[in-house]
Amino acid sequence: MKKYTDSGKKDTRSGFGAGLTELGKTNENVVALCADLTGSLKMDEFKDNHPERFFQVGIAEANMMGIAAGITIGGKIPFTGTFANFSTGRVYDQIRQSIAYSGKNVKICASHAGVTLGEDGATHQILEDLGLMKMLPGMTVINTCDYNQTKAATIAIAKHKGPVYLRFGRPKVANFTATDQTFEIGKAVHLQDGTDVTIVATGHLVWEALLAAEALHAKGISAEVINIHTIKPLDNKAIIKSVTKTGCIVTAEEHNFLGGLGESVSRVLAENTPTPQEFVATQDTFGESGTPEELMDKYGLNADAIVKAALKVIARK
Amino acid sequence: MPDFKYLNDLVIQVRRDILRQVHKVNSGHPGGSLGCTEFFVALFQVLMERKDGFDMNGKGEDIFFLSNGHISPVFYSVLARSGYFPVEELNTFRLLNSRLQGHPTTHEGLPGVRIASGSLGQGISVSIGAAEAKKLNKDKHLIYTLCGDGELQEGQNWEAIMYAAGNKVDNLIVTIDLNGQQIDGATDNVLPMGNVKAKFEAFGWDVMEIKEGNSLEAVISGMKQAKEKTGKGKPVCVLLHTIMGNGVDFMMHTHDWHGKAPNDDQLAVGLDQNPVTLGDY
Repeated sequence: MKKYTDSGKKDTRSGFGAGLTELGKTNENVVALCADLTGSLKMDEFKDNHPERFFQVGIAEANMMGIAAGITIGGKIPFTGTFANFSTGRVYDQIRQSIAYSGKNVKICASHAGVTLGEDGATHQILEDLGLMKMLPGMTVINTCDYNQTKAATIAIAKHKGPVYLRFGRPKVANFTATDQTFEIGKAVHLQDGTDVTIVATGHLVWEALLAAEALHAKGISAEVINIHTIKPLDNKAIIKSVTKTGCIVTAEEHNFLGGLGESVSRVLAENTPTPQEFVATQDTFGESGTPEELMDKYGLNADAIVKAALKVIARK
Repeated sequence: MPDFKYLNDLVIQVRRDILRQVHKVNSGHPGGSLGCTEFFVALFQVLMERKDGFDMNGKGEDIFFLSNGHISPVFYSVLARSGYFPVEELNTFRLLNSRLQGHPTTHEGLPGVRIASGSLGQGISVSIGAAEAKKLNKDKHLIYTLCGDGELQEGQNWEAIMYAAGNKVDNLIVTIDLNGQQIDGATDNVLPMGNVKAKFEAFGWDVMEIKEGNSLEAVISGMKQAKEKTGKGKPVCVLLHTIMGNGVDFMMHTHDWHGKAPNDDQLAVGLDQNPVTLGDY
């Protein structure tokens, strides 16, 4: 089986910051807005290099979304930055009316998603954001897996016309994808061939899926691994093609099992090729304080949980 | 000098358009629309520098955003009668497959509309964004927006009001339609807003009032003064005192017609009080 190498742990939010820095140099239409979390979102370099194109809005996320919608009307491409909770749930109506329904070219960039935000606890750990954003007509929803992919995605979404939700996280996670990758919105990345079970994962659980595949290999089980960085539009073909071969599937995400990647996948399967599926996700719960590792373990969001889900779903074939 | 005879005729014709749109589908918001008729006519016919045709980015021209989207009947009528789309299209207001949705949207591609509104409180934020874009594009034209007074009860406005002054967004004129009414009654009874002028001033805005918001002459001269206040480091707020339901006697000075359509008899009375000037659609 193919082996992937962790080139050194890095946080995905720094991938966003690096992508934004690159865009600052290469695309003069890109502007950035931040609601008092410049450091957390790694937007400092863009701010320092392009002060005229950086808008500090203060602790006022609703106003930030409105300003972002308005600034597109002069042809600019705004990137908003705050935590995932304040990027979605707090400003859902502003995104719905002024951005999505109005068809505005706003890139909503959200850090600190999910329980791996850690010690800050449940108020800051949104596990519903993918669902909220994917329900909005016309919204593209992306959840990247590592530093390199987040940087590539940040650069790619500037070229895409229309609203985008780009989700990434706080902790340092394995950085294993290529530095020179091209990021194609809506195109799944096939990581590893297998015959017994399909594992599709999004965000940093993609690395956990690769670890799970290794563990399964040791047990004589062949797992196919697919990185779904774009949850909407979903690469239906890649999913159908894989389960046609393996006959069962595990979905893995740092999100509530309601409304997330798993639910989108189950709809595709129900409509095309009904297939046994297990969901590695949080089970309709809020988070709590703890270290990222402790929380991933408690809420079943790691390689061990994926292995267990794979064994269970293979038995259901 | 503006042609006041024509403008007055247009005001009366727009009132007819408002009543007929709302009556036809037995829904919509005539009260606030009638109260803002003179403002819209003045804005689109006299005050705004506009290019021919319509493009979303509006570079090289003034831009208007309607924040209180429920007064779409007056907005649509004045847009149509200012050449953005055929006047006959007012016949499709609130009907299936129409570009004239109950509340304005860009979704259906109606020329003249640059943002969806209806869920209140978002217009000042959007206007600030467009004003910042004008500055980045070195475009000296202005951004105008209209908000309802009741709409100021939405907290997002105050985030925006704070931002605009703090960041010297001085190419922006926000007009507040001070009619003192909202759906459930007088604003003073629903949620008193106190001294709106003092509040804007305390936030750092240059504030002026137009006492006779239903006088074309007063609106035009007041808004011209407001234009002169732009470009001086402060955002400009105009408090426009209007009468809800203006021009139709039984609709005036009450919140009853905020969101209610006239029946056949009431329509006839309203139209009698505003006889045809420029021609019905």
